[in-house]
Amino acid sequence: MYERIREKLGILADAAKYDVSCSSSGSNRKNENKGIGDAEGTGICHTYTEDGRCVSLLKILLTNHCIFDCAFCVSRRSNDIKRAAFSVEEVVELTMNFYRRNYIEGLFLSSGIFKNADYTMERLVRIVKKLRQEERFNGYIHLKTIPGASDELLREAGLYADRMSINLEMPTENGLKLLAPEKSHAEVKKPLKYIQNNITQFESEKALIKSVPKFVPAGQSTQIVVGATAESDKEIMHTANAFYQNFSLKRVYYSGYIPISNDARLPVIGSQPPLIRENRLYQADWLMRFYGFKVQEILNDLHPNLEADVDPKLSWALRNLDQFPVDINTADYFMILRVPGIGVASALKIVQARKFGRLYENHLRKLGIAFRKARHFIRFADSPMLLKEYEAGHIKGIILSESKSKYQANPNNQLSLF
Amino acid sequence: MELYIFDGSLEGLLTAVFECYQRKSRVVKLVSEIHHVPDVFDAGFRVDSDREKGKRVWKGLCRKLGKEWQLRFYKSFLSEQPEAFQHLLNFARYIIDQPTGAWENFAHPDVLAISQTSQKVHREKHRMEAFIRFQKTADDIYYAHIEPDFDVLPLLPDHFQNRYADQRWIIYDLKRKYGLYYDLEKTEEIELDSAPQMSIVNALPSDLLDSQEALYTLLWQDYFKSTNIQARKNMRLHVRHVPRRYWKYLSEKQDQF
Repeated sequence: MYERIREKLGILADAAKYDVSCSSSGSNRKNENKGIGDAEGTGICHTYTEDGRCVSLLKILLTNHCIFDCAFCVSRRSNDIKRAAFSVEEVVELTMNFYRRNYIEGLFLSSGIFKNADYTMERLVRIVKKLRQEERFNGYIHLKTIPGASDELLREAGLYADRMSINLEMPTENGLKLLAPEKSHAEVKKPLKYIQNNITQFESEKALIKSVPKFVPAGQSTQIVVGATAESDKEIMHTANAFYQNFSLKRVYYSGYIPISNDARLPVIGSQPPLIRENRLYQADWLMRFYGFKVQEILNDLHPNLEADVDPKLSWALRNLDQFPVDINTADYFMILRVPGIGVASALKIVQARKFGRLYENHLRKLGIAFRKARHFIRFADSPMLLKEYEAGHIKGIILSESKSKYQANPNNQLSLF
Repeated sequence: MELYIFDGSLEGLLTAVFECYQRKSRVVKLVSEIHHVPDVFDAGFRVDSDREKGKRVWKGLCRKLGKEWQLRFYKSFLSEQPEAFQHLLNFARYIIDQPTGAWENFAHPDVLAISQTSQKVHREKHRMEAFIRFQKTADDIYYAHIEPDFDVLPLLPDHFQNRYADQRWIIYDLKRKYGLYYDLEKTEEIELDSAPQMSIVNALPSDLLDSQEALYTLLWQDYFKSTNIQARKNMRLHVRHVPRRYWKYLSEKQDQF
């Protein structure tokens, strides 16, 4: 009797795993009704798959039947694979039983489009409504926005979901048209805008009336597939930046394309996914969100692509040596944050600690900065005399020879698409 | 240098801080009884744990430290590390002697040590929140046992009772032989007469379990495999996030044993 549900879960988890978002943080849903679950505060990764990705949510499709034929998608209409669909009750049972055993933080529910957008969205809403109202579930729910679904359904979904997302898929409209002629960026922007406006409206009402319900408290996110089409890193990050700004997105996810199709427009099956490139894009994303960098500083017409052998922060520093060295004992916090090898936590500690006295090399080493990398870019109380100024290529050579890149161990993972 | 020996309790540690001032000691080496190796030349001073003295020191610290650093102090204590006791004593004296705000002096060895030790304990607490796997028993109690590196159980009740407010649960520390029991109203410390052993399989005998338990363990193991992308396999990263010593807790890793 177990076999049917096991098979369904196998098919529908397998089809959902290419959506990389797994965040379960940023919501403020407390367990106030003595129900089950609590989505307040930071997220928790309950385990990690063997590919090293966090497992925080039960990530499944309601069904992998789909009327669309997007070349990059494993569930495309023309793909000859097993199809399955969960019932509303099955999804609710799985979520509750996994949650009660502390396997997960909540549910990430997506779906192929069957019949039409509203029909699909209505099913998704029915599940989350049942979880919230009948099961009194206060865990995290990430719900996919189905493109083309009606405003009424989106609004209802927003009352139950913590986060909603809709994927851009390809970084540019042209790329998307090439692989998914039935789709467009415009139909992604419309619901993003609609939900963004509602979030703002609910928040302003909540400021006046306390009983206004929550509406998508953890905000919206999107995903860009990297390496399926020929866009540069500059095009990808400038698109991401525009979406962060125009739609107040909480996250943009970058998903290295895993070849799953023999379509001539796509990288062949068996070629290595662009993992280094994906990693560099996330680093660039972090620089924009937490380190005060403008996207133009990291990627522009002169530097349209991120370097594979050094991270984007080091790359920026080497291109801008005129801004260094930075004096740890006097420099502005935001300049310390720009030093390669110093992260947000260490930068904060540095500006706190230096109020009590000048900082020496041994302090900096103990504080937890990557000293060997940072030393080329900083001055401190006992800095050695600089006999000559090194040029960028020389510094890069020293840093590369002293560090073991996490990628050198896996030469197979080199970019092989371009 | 003076040698202080205390009983290993938080009250004892705070009393030791009190005695430093009472006895006008300068440099003090603090050792807990179980780590103390008797020395014929130095009997040391035995700290008598005293509730009132401890309270006075804690109050004094709270006047100087914000909530966050009070918690860091407590977390560092739960690390049960001999060096941590020494750092806590030094840190407390430093904070009491200096004007408010001295905790920001990360160049000070004791401030840095408390910051780093409390971070380690915090990480272990967070791992327990992630890696605990409850099994539902036939009498409707969700049970899990653990063997954390540090004594983090006192840090767990809020998290688990907020989350699992409508189910009874037990989290049992096999190493320190006590646990937490939530009875739908409150969480209490308990001791089990015959606690199960930490077997390689984190499981209660099947006759104690709910009839659906085997199904959900199986479905979770299936899910763990299905959600992996083979083309991205990266065991080094996997093991960094899920260190091997925790695999025994995890239902999804049981096929590894």
